[in-house]
Amino acid sequence: MPGRAKLVLDNVSMIFQSDGKPFTALAPVDLEIPAGKFISLVGPSGCGKSTIFNIVAGLQPPSTGRVLIDGEDATGLIGRVGYMLQKDLLLPWRTVLDNVALGMEIRGAPMKDARERALPLLHKYGLGGFEHRYPGSLSGGMRQRAALLRTLLVDQDVILLDEPFGALDAQTKARMQEWLLQLFQDFGRTVVFVTHDVEEAVFLSDDIYVMASRPGRMIEKMPIDLPRPRDRAIVSTPRFVAMKKYCLDLLHMSESGMQTDEAA
Amino acid sequence: MTAETNSFPASRTLLSLFALFGKSDAQGRPIRRLPTRREWPNWAVALVQISIVVAFFGGWELAARLGMVDKFFWSSPAAIFEMGVIFFTEGDAFTDIAFTFRSTLMGFFIGTTAGALLGMSFWWSRNYARIMQPYIICLESMPKLALAPLIIMVFGMGLASKVAIATALTLVVSTLTAYSGVQAVDRDQEKLFYSLGASRWQVFSKLVIPSCIPWIISILRVNIGLALTGAIVGEFVSSQHGLGRAILQAGQTYEIALVWVAVFVLSALSMVMYVAVAWLEKILQKGIVH
Repeated sequence: MPGRAKLVLDNVSMIFQSDGKPFTALAPVDLEIPAGKFISLVGPSGCGKSTIFNIVAGLQPPSTGRVLIDGEDATGLIGRVGYMLQKDLLLPWRTVLDNVALGMEIRGAPMKDARERALPLLHKYGLGGFEHRYPGSLSGGMRQRAALLRTLLVDQDVILLDEPFGALDAQTKARMQEWLLQLFQDFGRTVVFVTHDVEEAVFLSDDIYVMASRPGRMIEKMPIDLPRPRDRAIVSTPRFVAMKKYCLDLLHMSESGMQTDEAA
Repeated sequence: MTAETNSFPASRTLLSLFALFGKSDAQGRPIRRLPTRREWPNWAVALVQISIVVAFFGGWELAARLGMVDKFFWSSPAAIFEMGVIFFTEGDAFTDIAFTFRSTLMGFFIGTTAGALLGMSFWWSRNYARIMQPYIICLESMPKLALAPLIIMVFGMGLASKVAIATALTLVVSTLTAYSGVQAVDRDQEKLFYSLGASRWQVFSKLVIPSCIPWIISILRVNIGLALTGAIVGEFVSSQHGLGRAILQAGQTYEIALVWVAVFVLSALSMVMYVAVAWLEKILQKGIVH
């Protein structure tokens, strides 16, 4: 195995009691993510992607299993990963700069230091000149940039991104993906990315984990061995298209498989 | 087809019936355009407003002089004005105004602050909030002014009892509003804070309090009116100073002009405070809500 595993899910599952009957939101999952990798989870809604994120972020205790970060048990611990939820969740009463500095502030950094560290990054990553504006006056893409920088600046090696570009228009989304790849290269973090968009997953990831629903589970790991840095032009190469098709086929199979399960 | 319809007498009648409600075309479809709103210039609106006031007081004065209304009960603008001059030059207008103003402001400040803190404190424990809820609702529905005589007995005839009544009126509304603010705190935002590793105190101070501030601002205008009501009722029950006391005493001695003077001064005071609070609200909103 190349490198040490950064994030490990060891037999993690989630079972709810609904109406007295157990409901499996996530069947036991084993996962090992090496440091510095970009991996994506794709799957239909209800496949347990968000459950995995909540468990890794310590916001939900798993029914079974453990979460290991750098080999240490981090099950149920908050503040050990950077987690960006679907919405940008910028605080409307704080300027962009103070929003981006929020994570550092919560970790106990003096506000002045937090601002000093955040400011050059805002300039470098396309938010220069907006640092004293309030989120309400920013475009959707700008807001996502700010939210992502806030997540990166909590200085955790593992970053969870839950469909960060889901609500953006196609053009902005493409620009944001390239921007994210740039960040990924500059910061060298381990990224776990959730998306519905297969093309997005192939374009960004080193590995894709395909998931299925009812019960939520992982069905296949798909390595994406495209060279980095990646350029937008890659999406029309035959290899890219073949991988995208393979991934889509897996998703379709999992869905039709589910239907036969139900029929049986 | 159209010509035929038009020549048919019955449909003619029908069409002319439509014409009663507005123009219509040959097919009987009403001809309508988007209504245009014509706005008068500000000076014209102001002119009409002033005219209404002048007409009102002019009519009142005239009716009193012609004996159409009883001067004894209704007084007259001229008599009220005269009494007003006396009230401000020889009477204790400024003592009374200061007294009512002080008790109102203190009640407003204490009630709003304590209520906001109490309402926000419910964030800390859902059990505590659930236990407290019926009591708060009980207090909300209770007519607090009915307690005024009791409050006077406990706090005495001075300023303290007026402040207490004004506080009682504003406290519960503020609590309920702040609690609504707490309940409206975005769950995902809370999740974000915890995912960043925040402590409960950090979530409270950096998320819950700022989220509740617009709610608290929204209650300020209501509270200033309630606080004034509380202060006046306190003065009605028992007091040595204040505009409420002036009204009550003048009424008891049938000095109707003085009643009116005090009522007008009170209205002016109320308006000044309302405008001040509205201005404060605007400043706070600009500073906090964007």
